[in-house]
Amino acid sequence: MRRLFAIIAVFFGLGLAPVLAAEGGGEIEKRDWSFEGVFGHFDKAALQRGFQVYREICASCHGLDYIAFRNLSALGYSQAEIKAIAAEYEVTDGPDDAGDMFQRPAIPADRFPAPFANENAARAANGGAYPPDLSLIVKARPDGANYLYSLLVGYDDPPADLQMPDGMYYSRVYSGNQIAMPQPLFGDDVVFALGGDTSMEALAADVTAFLAWTAEPELESRKRIGIAVMLFLVVMCFVSYGSMRYIWADVEK
Amino acid sequence: MGNTAEKSVANSVANSVANRGRRDFIVVATNAMLAVGAGAVAYPLIDQMNPAADTLALSSVEVDISSLEAGQAITIKWRGKPVFIRHRTPAEIAEAEAVDLAALRDPETDMARIQKPEYLIIQGICTHLGCVPLGQKIGEVKGDWGGWFCPCHGSHYDTSGRIRKGPAPTNLEVPPYAFLSDSIVKIG
Amino acid sequence: MASPQFKNPLVKWIDHRLPVFSYMHHELHEYPTPKNLSYLWNLGSLAGLALVVMIITGIILAMHYTPHVDHAFDSVERIMRDVNHGWLIRYIHMNGASFFFIVVYLHIFRGLYYGSYKAPRELLWMLGVVILLLMMATAFMGYVLPWGQMSFWGATVITNLFSAIPLIGESIVTWLWGGFSVDNPTLGRFFALHYLMPFVIVAVVMLHLIALHRFGSGNPLGIDVSGQQDTIPFHPYYTSKDLFGAMVFLTIFASAVFFYPNYLGHPDNYIPANPLQTPAHIVPEWYFLPFYAILRAIPDKLGGVLFMFGAIAVLFILPWLDRAPVRSGRFRPLFKIFFWLFLADCVLLGYLGGKPAEGVYVTWSRLATAYYFVHFLLILPLLSVVENTRPLPASISMPVTKGGK
Repeated sequence: MRRLFAIIAVFFGLGLAPVLAAEGGGEIEKRDWSFEGVFGHFDKAALQRGFQVYREICASCHGLDYIAFRNLSALGYSQAEIKAIAAEYEVTDGPDDAGDMFQRPAIPADRFPAPFANENAARAANGGAYPPDLSLIVKARPDGANYLYSLLVGYDDPPADLQMPDGMYYSRVYSGNQIAMPQPLFGDDVVFALGGDTSMEALAADVTAFLAWTAEPELESRKRIGIAVMLFLVVMCFVSYGSMRYIWADVEK
Repeated sequence: MGNTAEKSVANSVANSVANRGRRDFIVVATNAMLAVGAGAVAYPLIDQMNPAADTLALSSVEVDISSLEAGQAITIKWRGKPVFIRHRTPAEIAEAEAVDLAALRDPETDMARIQKPEYLIIQGICTHLGCVPLGQKIGEVKGDWGGWFCPCHGSHYDTSGRIRKGPAPTNLEVPPYAFLSDSIVKIG
Repeated sequence: MASPQFKNPLVKWIDHRLPVFSYMHHELHEYPTPKNLSYLWNLGSLAGLALVVMIITGIILAMHYTPHVDHAFDSVERIMRDVNHGWLIRYIHMNGASFFFIVVYLHIFRGLYYGSYKAPRELLWMLGVVILLLMMATAFMGYVLPWGQMSFWGATVITNLFSAIPLIGESIVTWLWGGFSVDNPTLGRFFALHYLMPFVIVAVVMLHLIALHRFGSGNPLGIDVSGQQDTIPFHPYYTSKDLFGAMVFLTIFASAVFFYPNYLGHPDNYIPANPLQTPAHIVPEWYFLPFYAILRAIPDKLGGVLFMFGAIAVLFILPWLDRAPVRSGRFRPLFKIFFWLFLADCVLLGYLGGKPAEGVYVTWSRLATAYYFVHFLLILPLLSVVENTRPLPASISMPVTKGGK
């Protein structure tokens, strides 16, 4: 039995290896996120603020391909509010009876329209760099939430001995320390209707929380169901162990 | 010594669960919990075949009918199937209301099938075997009662979409809809 | 072994014509099993459970998945976001692959320690190795389907292994791809084969079970059962024990699925495949890492491929490499030491497989690879000759010998 556990431990250690091998770009700041841990959940007010930061700052270059307006109900918006938000966007539909594509206001079932028609257009508009879609960005980077937050607040003046090429900016976090994205947040970049901290750090944290939600919209129900399943299974472990001992009682060792 | 051994064998036979008809509490509890667990696991595995969130999001459509003149009809795609919206003329309305219910295969008043008398909104699916009836476009055969005619097996529908002649058993179905304003109708 | 008497008249009627009930009674109910099996003997049924879980969730995922390069990644995201409980089913499938391998690797190491491959169970063992190979092929092709960066580059690297074959290598790779790079035709065939393979695995598992039931389970003492006093019916004894084991397994499995679903995966696979850009670090899933380390340890392309496949091929001939008549490692003091050394070597290879192929890691990979083969080809045959084994107990019912447990 002891050996069994030893072997299991060794195998889990093996699983750890690739994670530990993840590349280190720079100093990544660890923060406490409300959505971490077994009881993790999203802070809806923070998500709404983060959504506003995304709309006003990030959306000009970064898409949100996998999010539909209807998904915003998870942020606490009502159906009417979602309809109003969607109507502010234009999407392409068609073909109409004449065979032409046409623009119409978005409805809740539509997804966020992409800022560029395709990757080539995006590169052409951004000096050759491609602003990635943000729907999955938190899941697509090691230690995603901390990384993204650190990246957003990690701009700095380059060291004196470093000559930055045109269109590149110095980042303490980005791999290679040169990033094509200009610093997006400086503090007080947006005005929150309901008030709230608008320091650079607070805005970065809010938009990171929002993008953690877009990456894992199922997170809350996953953890909630998970707790119920774990409770059931732990009880089931004890009960089935009791059953086994009861049945084995007459077997002589 | 031999006696003890015999006794222990006798004991083990008596205790043997395999030989016992009655199952004790802990085993029953295990099996019951197992059944509950199996049911809980089955639910998501079955529910995944129900319409997904993106499908449900498209399950209602809003249609602007302000440009629809009397005597005209449009076809809307709703949940993958055609919905007929006809702006009826006063003559067609009168015709639909005047019908004697006793003459109908599927008796239903015109009032029961409409919210606003000038707009008839029905699913364009013949209740016989699912073809799409003719009668929407100008010049198409409208059948003997001026409504719709299904070319597959010759069912005739009147200006209220009720079955009058042919193999179809029931009237054309009325989808759930609501007028959001005078010009916008939400289907679904 | 008389046929059981069924009371239910319908069961009786059917069984007389189609003896499925007798068969089940014989193979599951009365099937005599050594009474001294440890928890390590739970692993076989756990592997079966994992296979069933993978097939059920896999069929469901196939209902929603689109095997086309333009839609594969999106269809997986639709499963995660829009399909009812889709995220649950996909996370079970994704983590299920890892847990299937954990269980199967433990099952294999149990077999290695207790000499489960020895006569008369050589074919049982070899069928198990076939299952491992099929699992690897299935897992590899399944990993390609989400069409993320790791999917694409994993597929590219692994299919390129075949280009090491002299003369016809390039043609074989082109044939595998159905084009000149990993592309839509590749994805289509990988999906079809990924769907097919599990059922081939089921068939081989059936053979594995038939071979198992021919001589029955081995046991921690490695001695044959000498009579009824050594065995108990499979049901309810081992069904209840397997159930307990399954619940412990599911508890660990569920904790991964619900709380750390992406822990064993790689973030790069949430970036859609891009044929023009390779991720900085490409590593296979953890269960391939030891073999990946062997591949990279050999400085020659063909050599690396041969050694990697050789690492599994050597398992096929293991019953003839270890000729020691004593099965269980419990009574083989020297073998016991080398077993743990070998296990440590495999773990080391796994660790090295996840490291970049440079500097000191290469040296270590070579040493660990060399030891892997030395263990099978030199140490085991030698031990069979020189080792002084401890005395075996007379029977399972009387395992109390001096120095025994």
